Amino acid sequence: MFRYYFNLGLRSLRRNVILTALMIAAIGVGIGACMTALTVFRAMSGDPIPQKSGRLFAPQIDNWGPDKHTGGPVDHLETQLSYIDVMALMKAHEGKRQTGMYATLQTLRPPDPKQKPTKVFVRAAYADFFSMFDVPFRYGRAWSGSEDENRAAVVVLSREMNDRLFGGANSVGKTVRLDNEPYTVSGVLDEWKLLPRFYDLHIRPFGDADTIFMPFTRAIDKQMANVGSTSCQGDVGVGWEGRLRSDCVWLQFWVELPAAADVQRYRSFLDNYAAEQQRLGRFHWPPHTQLRDVNEWLKYQHIVPSEVRILILVSFGFLLVCLMNAMGLMLAKLMGRAADIGVRRALGASRAAIFAQCLIETGVVGLAGGLLGLGLTALGLLAARSLLTKEFVSLAHLDGADMAIAVLLAVGATVLAGLYPTWRAAHVQPAWQLKAQ
Amino acid sequence: MELRPILSAMSRNKFGALLIAAQMAVTLAFLVNALTLVQQRMAWSGRPSGIEEANIFMMQTETVDQAGDLAARQARDVAALRGLTGVVDAYATNMFPLEGGGQIESVNLTADQKTPTAYAAHYMGDEHMLHTLGLKLVAGRNFTAQEIANRSETDFPPPSGFIVSKALAARVFPQGDALGKMIFVESDNKSSPIIGIVDRLQGPMTAATGFVSTFEENSVISPYHLIGASSTYMVRAQPGQRDAVLKAAESRLYALDENRILHSKSMQQIRADAYRGDHGLIVLLTCICVALLVVTAFGIVGLTSYWVAQRRQQIGIRRALGATRRAIVRYFQTENLMIAAAGAATGIAFAIALNLWMVRSFEMVRMDNSYAIAGAVIILLLGQFAVLWPALRAASIPPALATRGG
Repeated sequence: MFRYYFNLGLRSLRRNVILTALMIAAIGVGIGACMTALTVFRAMSGDPIPQKSGRLFAPQIDNWGPDKHTGGPVDHLETQLSYIDVMALMKAHEGKRQTGMYATLQTLRPPDPKQKPTKVFVRAAYADFFSMFDVPFRYGRAWSGSEDENRAAVVVLSREMNDRLFGGANSVGKTVRLDNEPYTVSGVLDEWKLLPRFYDLHIRPFGDADTIFMPFTRAIDKQMANVGSTSCQGDVGVGWEGRLRSDCVWLQFWVELPAAADVQRYRSFLDNYAAEQQRLGRFHWPPHTQLRDVNEWLKYQHIVPSEVRILILVSFGFLLVCLMNAMGLMLAKLMGRAADIGVRRALGASRAAIFAQCLIETGVVGLAGGLLGLGLTALGLLAARSLLTKEFVSLAHLDGADMAIAVLLAVGATVLAGLYPTWRAAHVQPAWQLKAQ
Repeated sequence: MELRPILSAMSRNKFGALLIAAQMAVTLAFLVNALTLVQQRMAWSGRPSGIEEANIFMMQTETVDQAGDLAARQARDVAALRGLTGVVDAYATNMFPLEGGGQIESVNLTADQKTPTAYAAHYMGDEHMLHTLGLKLVAGRNFTAQEIANRSETDFPPPSGFIVSKALAARVFPQGDALGKMIFVESDNKSSPIIGIVDRLQGPMTAATGFVSTFEENSVISPYHLIGASSTYMVRAQPGQRDAVLKAAESRLYALDENRILHSKSMQQIRADAYRGDHGLIVLLTCICVALLVVTAFGIVGLTSYWVAQRRQQIGIRRALGATRRAIVRYFQTENLMIAAAGAATGIAFAIALNLWMVRSFEMVRMDNSYAIAGAVIILLLGQFAVLWPALRAASIPPALATRGG
C-alpha cells in the first residue's frame, strides 16, 4: 500500500507543477538555510574528546577577590591561573594526572639552511599532557617526568612540523633549534586535531596552533614569554621573576579525575587550598573555586560565537515561514483535489486510507524539499566559508549525520505541516463533491 | 468598499487567511530583528578608527638571534623608515587600532582603587605617533623627544604624562576638565598627568559584543618605546604611494639586518580582516531577509490563486451583475490588506518580544520602534504587490462564465 501511495504521491506532484515546485522550493530553501547554520553550529559545539571529556577538569581559583573581576562571565572567576597557584596544584599532585601549560612564540631555525627562520607556537606543558589528552604518537614518545624536573631541552613535534622539518622521517634524537638553542626531539605526534582546542581557548580555538611541545619547566627557566592572554590586577611585578611572583593569571591548568569520588575530593582540596591562602594572608576573601569538565568549560567560555547562534535562530525562523508557506500551498493543492477524494470516498475508501495517502504525498514533497535543501546547504557552507572568518567555518563539513538530519527535518516538518490540510482532505464529504459535479 | 462580504468569504477560508497572517507576522518579526542587527553591525564596522587608514601600514619585525642592543636596533629601524622617500612619518609601538587584541588597562583616579574608573586601550608611542597616525590634538600638547623612555613589558619608569582620547577624558572627567589631571594607569601607586587629548582613537579590539566593546573608544597613550625581541612599526606614506613605500620599507629593513622575521600589512587589509565576521553576518542576514520576503510573497500568490480558482464562478456572477474589473481587483486587494494588517499588528508584538529575548540572550541591541513600523509598511506593501497578479487573473474572468454554470 505504501508503495502505491508513494507512486500516487509522485504522480500527483506532476499534476500541478507550479504549486508543487513552489512547495518544494519553499521547503528546500528553508532546510538549506537551517542546515547551513546548524552544520556550523554542530561542528563548533561538538565534544572535542568524547572518550574522556567527563574526566578532564579545569579548576578555577579566585586569587583577585570578589571586586576585581570585570567583564567576565556572570559568576566572576578568571579562566586562567597564576604561576603561584599552578605550582601549588602541581606540587599537591591531587589528581591522577595534571598539567599546567601556556603557549609561547619561538623562532624556529630549520635544519635546512635554505629554509627561512619562522615564528612557531610552542606549547609548554608537563609530561602528563600527552597521556591525559590521549595524544597519539607516530614516532618515539613523550618526555618523562624526570625530564620535567630536570628542565630538559627536549621537544615533541606535531606531525605537520615533522613533515616540514624532516620530510616526515623518524626524527627522534635529532635536533631542532628554537631561539638559537638546541632541543632534542623525543617524539613525533600522529595526526591529532581537537575541535575546539579546549585546553587553551585563547589562541585560535578552531585553527592550527601548537606545533611544538616542550617541558613547562624548561620554558619557565628560559623565560619564554606568554603569547596568550595575560590579565593582571594590582602589583604586576617587575621582570620575569616578578611575573612569576605576581597574581597575574596567564596559565591554563587541567587535571584528570577518573571517578566521581575523585572529583568530590578535588573540589574540597581546592577549597582547602583557598582557605589556607586566606589563613596565610594572601587572599582576603572566603574560598571561591570552581571545577568544570570539558563540556562545561566550553559552555562557560561561550565557545560558539554569538554570530552563529543568531544565524541559527534567524534561519529557524525562516524555516518556520517556509513551512507555513508550504502548509498553505498544500491546503490549496489538496482542496483542489476534493472532487477526486470525494470519488474515492464514495467508492469505499476509509478516512484513514485518504489520510494515509495524503500524508505520504506530503512526505514525498518533504523528501524532495530535503534533497533540494541538502544541495543548498552545500552552497550555503561554501558561502559561509568565504564570508566569515576562515577558521570559523573551515571545520564545518556535511557529514552523514548532517545529511540524515536535513532529510529527516524536511520530511518530519513537512508532514507535521501537512497534518491539518490532510485532516481537512480526509473530511471531505463525498456526497457534496459528487453533487457539485 | 463593503467589508462585510469580504469578511464572510474569509470566514469560509479561516485557516488559509490565518496562515497568511501568521506567515506575515513571523516574517515581520524576524525581518525587523535581522535588520536591526544588520544596521548595528554596519554602524559598528563602519565607524572611523580615528587614524588616516588609507596611507598607513604596519610592520612587525622580530630579530632571529636576539643578540645585541635591542633598543638600538629598534631606533635604527625607525630612523631608516623615517628616512625613506615617500614616508611621511613612522614610530614604534606595542599595538595598533583594529589589531583584534591588545593591551587593556584600568584607569583610576586614586591609589589602590577597588573598582576602576574606566578601562582603556593602552598604546605606547613617541612624539611621532600623532603625526604618523594623523590624530587630531584637541587640547594640550604632544610628547617631546625628552619624555620618551625605553621599557620592557614588565619593567618601566613612571611616565611623564599621558595623551588620552576624548572619549576616555569625558568618561573619567565628565566635567570636561581632564587636561592636567592626574590618573593611575598600569600602576596602583604612581600617577601621571594628562598632557594632551586627541579627538578620536579606537582601541585594538573589534568584537561587537562583550566586555571589550563597552570601552572601544577609550584610549590612553604612554610615552614609551617598547623594547623586546619583536617590534611593531606604524608607517604613514605619502598619499597614493602606500604599496610602493611598503615594498621599499621591507627591503630597507632587510638590508639593515637580514636575520629577521618581517610581516607587513596595510591598514586597509587590517580593517577588512578585522570585520570579516561582521560583514559575513551582514551579507548572510540580508540574504535571509530577502529570501523571507520572497517566500512570503510566493505564499500569498499561491493561496490567493487558489482562492481565485475556487471562486471563479462567483466572480463570473459578480461580473455579470455589473461589477467592474477594478472592483474585482479591489476586492482581493482589500482582503489582503485586512489579512496583512492583522499579520502586521501581531508581527510588531512578536518582533518586540523576540527582540527583548535576543537582547537578553545574545547581547543584541534594542530595536528602534521606527524599524517595527517600517517593517509593517514593508509587509503591507509586499502583500499588495503579491496579490496583484492573482487579482488581475480574477478580474480577467469573463462574465459569461456565470451563465455556463461550471
